[in-house]
Amino acid sequence: MELKVNGKTLSLDTDPDMPLLWALRDVAGLTGTKFGCGIAQCGACAVLIDGEPVRSCVTPVSSVSGEITTIEGFAAEDGTLSAVQQAWVDGQVAQCGYCQSGQMLAATALLKANPSPTDADIDDAMSGNMCRCGTYPRIRAAIHAAAKKLAGA
Amino acid sequence: MGKILRRTFLLGTAAIAGGFAVGWYMYQKPYPNPLEATPGEGVFTPFIKIASDDTVKMVIPRAEMGQGMLTTLAAMIVEELDVELASVKTEFAPAAKAYYNSAMLEEGAPFPAFDNSFVAETMRGLQGVVAKFLAMQATGGSSSTVDAFDKLREAGAAARLMLVQAAAEQWGVVAASLRTEGGKVIDPALGKSLSYGALAEAASQRKVPSDATLKPRDQWRYLGKTQPKLDIVAKVSGKTTFGIDVRLPDMLFATVRMNPRQGAAMTAMDDGPALVLPGVIKVVNLGTGFAVIASNTWTAFQAADAVKPQWAEAPYPATTDAVFGKIEQALALGEGFHMRSDGDTPAEAAGRGGTIKARYSAPYLAHACMEPMNATAQWQGDRLTIWSGNQAPTSIVQQAAAVFSIPAENVEVVSTYLGGGFGRRFETDFSILAARVAKETDGKPVQVTWTREEDMRHDMYRPGALCEAEAVLGSDGIEAVSFKTASQSVMASAFGRLEGAMTPPGPDKLIVDGLWDQPYDLPNFHVTGVPVDLAIPVGFWRSVGHSFNPFFIESFMDEIAAASKQDPLEMRLKLMAKHEPAVGVLEAVKEMSGWGTALDAAGVKTRGRGVAFCLSFGTWVAQVIQVAETNSGIRIEKVWCAADVGTALDPGNLEAQMISGIIYGLSAAMGQQITFADGAAEQGNFDNYDAMRMGQCPVIGVRILENSPKMGGAGEPGTPPSLPALANAIFAATGKRIRSLPLSGEVSFA
Repeated sequence: MELKVNGKTLSLDTDPDMPLLWALRDVAGLTGTKFGCGIAQCGACAVLIDGEPVRSCVTPVSSVSGEITTIEGFAAEDGTLSAVQQAWVDGQVAQCGYCQSGQMLAATALLKANPSPTDADIDDAMSGNMCRCGTYPRIRAAIHAAAKKLAGA
Repeated sequence: MGKILRRTFLLGTAAIAGGFAVGWYMYQKPYPNPLEATPGEGVFTPFIKIASDDTVKMVIPRAEMGQGMLTTLAAMIVEELDVELASVKTEFAPAAKAYYNSAMLEEGAPFPAFDNSFVAETMRGLQGVVAKFLAMQATGGSSSTVDAFDKLREAGAAARLMLVQAAAEQWGVVAASLRTEGGKVIDPALGKSLSYGALAEAASQRKVPSDATLKPRDQWRYLGKTQPKLDIVAKVSGKTTFGIDVRLPDMLFATVRMNPRQGAAMTAMDDGPALVLPGVIKVVNLGTGFAVIASNTWTAFQAADAVKPQWAEAPYPATTDAVFGKIEQALALGEGFHMRSDGDTPAEAAGRGGTIKARYSAPYLAHACMEPMNATAQWQGDRLTIWSGNQAPTSIVQQAAAVFSIPAENVEVVSTYLGGGFGRRFETDFSILAARVAKETDGKPVQVTWTREEDMRHDMYRPGALCEAEAVLGSDGIEAVSFKTASQSVMASAFGRLEGAMTPPGPDKLIVDGLWDQPYDLPNFHVTGVPVDLAIPVGFWRSVGHSFNPFFIESFMDEIAAASKQDPLEMRLKLMAKHEPAVGVLEAVKEMSGWGTALDAAGVKTRGRGVAFCLSFGTWVAQVIQVAETNSGIRIEKVWCAADVGTALDPGNLEAQMISGIIYGLSAAMGQQITFADGAAEQGNFDNYDAMRMGQCPVIGVRILENSPKMGGAGEPGTPPSLPALANAIFAATGKRIRSLPLSGEVSFA
């Protein structure tokens, strides 16, 4: 099976029913995408497929034809962080960090669809992503900061 | 402070007596340094390695589970060592006695944090002695900074002095004429310098000095100021290795399914349907459940679903009603133990005013870490290696040695980052299970990952609790007050899970933590705890006893204020007037929240503010919460929090920890509960055990104060006041007094 991940084509030997999450983690060795619930309730497994956020834990690998972006594909080749990643660093958002790949994926998709989101827009777009450390206030601030930076760029 | 029970030693008099039998000589003797230097490298104390290429590595003795300890502990060393914080590397320490945690047990001394008497200080010191002998390397009890503050600064100062002495010897000058900066020893007179890397190997051979002096606070460069987290770039790049991310050559993947009636046996199993699935390697009978070993985690999950097990009956009542029936019975009939017996009881004071009574309850709770339980293990002959994100490496070593009958030296624990801990990863079960599964893989490493359902149904829950509160209110205020809490003992349950450990004698003060140890200046004050004998596994859930008792006492104080027509915040100020830190945090939230000013109800049905206070883990915290009643339910709009930690080592991280504790507490208060049916937890995933989401998160303001004479912890103290402050705010807004958690039993949340 072939998957286009972070600009590379990967050839993976997997069961077609295997969720994309496990194909990425256990077969392709890309562990930045996390397992949280397995039933699309927490958002830890979010990836982008053609720019749209998808819950990889309930997405069979055989159903994926588009370009997959995972957290490992966020930074530029030279290591420069994406605007969202940099806002996360500047705002010191992460605590344990486990949910943050999914949070940044959701935030990136939000900013692409809506370059200047209001608090209500952030509530709508981000409420599917659970964080048990309670980083929500800093996530909100970081999304606003990233929006500002992207608008100025 | 009046009479309190003096014999509730956390670890019992037996442990203390044993300590003295070995003697003070042993106490003074340091544990061996587990670190070995590679060629060209210098090892200084168990915490610092310096390589010849100037790489300075901090060996972090505590878990990093989001509480920011990696950075704060490194900052303590760096502050004295004189290197740049951003330039250092870190690694997690191996499991070793040298990394024992003393402060965690000192918190267990039966004296409240504000008691600075000779007896209290002596007893705390003795707990420290016990800690040395037990040598438990653990992260818990919000103790990491308190434990490490002197220890790690002294390590940094000693290493710096050794480097200076080595340079002085090389240059033939006196050490006092040299200074250090940015990882170099400098001789200002000769205009020469040598890097730490060039000096490290020779310097590390010198005797570790015991007379290195520590910098006064006004010379701190890092401590006392917010620091960027050393692990933040890795965490935003998906490069942090959590336990679940460990990848080893030839590694297999597995999952476990244990009897959801916790502790009971698996009486039969049909694994035929699982074994025919492609990728399945083996199904292993574990006695109380089974494991499936496969080529990947998803296949293991699928195969585990296909196995047909038969489960024996639970060793505890099968339903929530029956479980709480046992707690109810204990509350009604149990004599319990008295942690505070000051002056008259409410019965004795009955003639001096009107009596009010209330009954409160709190449910069982799961920890629900974002990263489900997992560990990786490998056997090579009779040597075992376990990779796991854990809060207690030395406990894993001891448990593995006992379970597998091997010497402790044969067990290596490699600690990873933790995707949340909250007390759940204090337990050894997930690490030991991985080691049991690894017995079946012919020496290959195997990663054992639990499903979310397995994680939630095999937790060591925060115990359910009931409390009876009673007060006599006279014309001058509270004449007498009493609290009686019945709950399972976390200590008894936790020690019962450790092979060969003796359950500490004496009552478990955790049952009444948050009641007896609060600085309310009331002459007639009684606190009773009743342990409930139930076999449901219970454990340390963020703030432990302080997670339910503050809901009871702070709700009741609110009821007393309402019954005696007093302002609840002013009443608390009056009752804690002798304690400057308490007054400080209450005055702070009063000012921050605009307490007492009118709240408009624009756009909603009504608004209200509630207040609560709790002193826990040495930190004094007051919170005010503002709620609105809307057409779609209660909306938590704002939270103001003031926390007095004595010495604030990283204000930005302290703010984050308070917010974290508040959201964790409010998540529980709003809707979380574990209920039982047919002997198993009914909740299995986030669809029926949810947590606060972005759309529900209030605006939270935090102020950090430093009036307290002692340093307090940060990971837990934000949680306790959040639950009663919310209930009190709902009362203020709606007039509805809710005495049972979760509050969703009586209101809905927007």
